[in-house]
Amino acid sequence: MELTADKIKELVVKPENKVYKKTPLLTDKTLSYCPGCGHGVTHRILMELVEEMGLEQNTIGIAPVGCSVLAYEFMNVDMQEAAHGRAPALATAIKRLWPNKFVFSYQGDGDLASIGGNEILHACNRGENITIVFINNGIYGMTGGQMAPTTIPGMITSTSPYGRDVVRMGNPLKMTELIAMLPGTHYVSRQAVHTAKLVRKAKKAIKKAIEAQLEGKGTGFVEIVSNCNSGWKMTPVKANQWLEENMLKYYELGDIKVDGKLVKEIK
Amino acid sequence: MGELRLMKGNEAFAEAVIRAGADGYFGYPITPQSEVVEYLMAEKPEERTGMVVLQAESELASINMLYGGAGTGKKVVTSSSSPGISLMEEGISYMAGAELPCVILNVQRGGPGLGTIQPSQSDYFQSVKGGGHGDYRLLVLAPASVQEMSDFVPLAFDLAFKYRNPVLILSDGVIGQMMEKVELFDPIPRWTDEEVIEKNGDWATVGKIPGRERNIITSLDLDPYSMEKHNHHLFEKYRKMEEEEVRWEEINTEDAEYFIVAFGSAARISQKAIDLLREEGIKAGLIRPITLYPYPYKVIKEKVEKGAKGFLSVELNMGQMVEDVRLAVEGKTKVEFFGHVGGVIPTPEEVVEALKTKIIGG
Repeated sequence: MELTADKIKELVVKPENKVYKKTPLLTDKTLSYCPGCGHGVTHRILMELVEEMGLEQNTIGIAPVGCSVLAYEFMNVDMQEAAHGRAPALATAIKRLWPNKFVFSYQGDGDLASIGGNEILHACNRGENITIVFINNGIYGMTGGQMAPTTIPGMITSTSPYGRDVVRMGNPLKMTELIAMLPGTHYVSRQAVHTAKLVRKAKKAIKKAIEAQLEGKGTGFVEIVSNCNSGWKMTPVKANQWLEENMLKYYELGDIKVDGKLVKEIK
Repeated sequence: MGELRLMKGNEAFAEAVIRAGADGYFGYPITPQSEVVEYLMAEKPEERTGMVVLQAESELASINMLYGGAGTGKKVVTSSSSPGISLMEEGISYMAGAELPCVILNVQRGGPGLGTIQPSQSDYFQSVKGGGHGDYRLLVLAPASVQEMSDFVPLAFDLAFKYRNPVLILSDGVIGQMMEKVELFDPIPRWTDEEVIEKNGDWATVGKIPGRERNIITSLDLDPYSMEKHNHHLFEKYRKMEEEEVRWEEINTEDAEYFIVAFGSAARISQKAIDLLREEGIKAGLIRPITLYPYPYKVIKEKVEKGAKGFLSVELNMGQMVEDVRLAVEGKTKVEFFGHVGGVIPTPEEVVEALKTKIIGG
């Protein structure tokens, strides 16, 4: 028997061996993200959860301005594209007008922590019954790698070319700790998606944030500490290593608030 | 006959919002229109009709709440005054781009900057020529009475959904704050969720209905050819508005030789001035544009063709609408401006004097 590629496929790829398939809630459009970027994985786990939890027909999502501005091209659910930073305002109105729908916003760190600081604080403080996924890669990716409110001390970006000097440029903002302090939030967690193990944990965390909304308990907020190999000017592998060694020291992973109670000391 | 009440313009607007079957009001307090959100909160519309009322954290949040709500096919409304409207302009541009229906009330105060809390009509250019970035138009209605503060609300919703475009009700501090008798219209029931899906489910984000592709609300299009096409599509809508939606009122124009053109509170003052002029035997008439966009150019043109001897544009600003009057007149007869600014209100006598000196004797 000659082992052609088709023959191997026939012998090996059997239905019972198929352990993974792409969720139909991701479109077939090629992702606009750089290879190695955390956005793609986060899109996937979010859409898998929407499918697994049977929410497809009742989901309204909101895309931000930033690298994920085109999230609606990839997420196969009803979506709105917000002005820069205003996704929580859109989500507030959508959820109040359609309380039985599942409403999420997906925002980056420039969008959520800088220009949209007011909207996110007030939506979370009101305890809007929405789910927020917050991608933090410490940089403005889409505009070409400028300093973000989340850029860590000493980190090099195109607008902090000698490293972030906190005296001149201000301190990085730990948005998720700030959010956790607000009485309106029910579940607040910080996760990452650069290893398979962490992807599984992040998916569980986002699920908890979705459940908080479905049970009407208040805001669910999950930060994903991600990389930006293009903006950081590193290979994907090196970027993940740098993330482990630097970002995660500043942005510690884990739940911060569970069932409306702080589970971590905020320093 | 509907229920009669003595109300402030702002209160009549708020009552009309509930009666028009609005689903959501999102707003931020600012003088001279804060009675709108106060009235709504006091009336408990969540109990009367199930309508949502939320005091937002800023005008930026208000207008983006409007964007989100409008994107789900429901009837949403906000109100503000000039500086607040300036803050909303970005969101208004996004809504025009994304073709979202909504109703926005501007109870104008004087500017520029923080300006004054006194009445003004200085936002004419901002309202009818764009306001935010990009090529777009709002359908602009200008109430001149407390009655119209009520009547224009259901009309504005009808027009907003007919064209899938924001509709601006351009009022001012006089109309918002003054009290008049108003006949309230009978309540229009809110659409049920099923009706919203039936009417707007083809474009609105209401959850992905089986059998259709996902709906996307966006004003973004990175393909220049596609974006150009979208701009042309928007302008086809605006041309249709120009053909079908021009509204105006004429007072004493049948035999008039001289015309005052004025909208909103300036029209009310000018109406009195027309009476005074007529008492003196001067054949003066009033043209009151009700839609400021689309503008009643044709009506003015017709008067020119019939031999009008001159037009005086009376406004509470430094002379903004007068440019549109000049566009209509095309230099064929005299066009002048009279007004006060900064919150100062002209008297009918001043208007009479202005017509005499600038048009008749000028």
